[in-house]
Amino acid sequence: MGRTGANPKLGFGDLQVGQKHEMVVVEDLSRTQIVMYAGASGDFNPIHHDEIFATRVAGYPSVFAHGMLSMGLTGRMLTDWLGDGVLQGFGVRFRAQVWPGDTLTARACVTAIEPEGDEALVKLDVETVNQKGEAVVVGDASARLPRAV
Amino acid sequence: MSEGVRFPVDRTAILNFAGALGESNHIYYDEAYARGTALGGVIAPPTFVMASAHWNPFGVFRGIKKIPAPAPDQEAARRIRQAEAGSQAGAHNLARVLHAEQHFEYHKPVCPGMTLTVTTRPGRAWQKQGRRGGLLRFSETISEYRDEGGALVVTARSVGVVTEKTVE
Repeated sequence: MGRTGANPKLGFGDLQVGQKHEMVVVEDLSRTQIVMYAGASGDFNPIHHDEIFATRVAGYPSVFAHGMLSMGLTGRMLTDWLGDGVLQGFGVRFRAQVWPGDTLTARACVTAIEPEGDEALVKLDVETVNQKGEAVVVGDASARLPRAV
Repeated sequence: MSEGVRFPVDRTAILNFAGALGESNHIYYDEAYARGTALGGVIAPPTFVMASAHWNPFGVFRGIKKIPAPAPDQEAARRIRQAEAGSQAGAHNLARVLHAEQHFEYHKPVCPGMTLTVTTRPGRAWQKQGRRGGLLRFSETISEYRDEGGALVVTARSVGVVTEKTVE
């Protein structure tokens, strides 16, 4: 079972190498959202939700977000821009921790457009920065898009 | 396939996961909208397969869960434990484990109604001296998510790191 097909929101004809896109994916990150992510993902490491564990046991200034929450937020920029079911690959390195109160902006830059028949594989560099401009997530993604939608 | 963790995908899990990401995209919750697209129905967000952790009876970060996930066969259980031990070397110290990298390859959409079988194997392991965290011990885990027909749906490569001290 399973589905094929996709729901592209733009075509590769709308894109050029070097083109950039960005989206604010969270403003003033709340502890509530971190707890929601713990519950949804099943990652209950107390370092992400238990302030006393995070500060007194682990020695961090506070709880901090799961890396996968910042990756998921970064993915939202990609899917809102490019469409649903179009990603072929998405990979990141976690550069710095994301703290409660952080505002994150996810950015993408088109690095290649490789035609494959009627479609193209669009390659992107991805970076998510916090309100100080520090990269918290860096990586890349690829998406299969039609010429136009 | 009977080996590996079995991960049944349903709309509520997708709703909760998308909600935690602050999603407003109709494709994750609005079946009527989703049916009108070429996808033909609701799908899961790109990082959703992380939620298979709920169904991993040996997961290090399960919390207090006492409801056992269905036990995979013995050989699969041995391999999952081994992969968990490798990827989370030192994870008994939850305060020192961080996620270093995560990579996904997508083969087809993850949809409600699928039961994915997750097979996990350890990958490379290496060490380096970090600027902030002291000696860093990295280890890689490769997970394959397959549908009922055995077809690959998602391939994931995760790199975990155990730090010597607090990273600030």
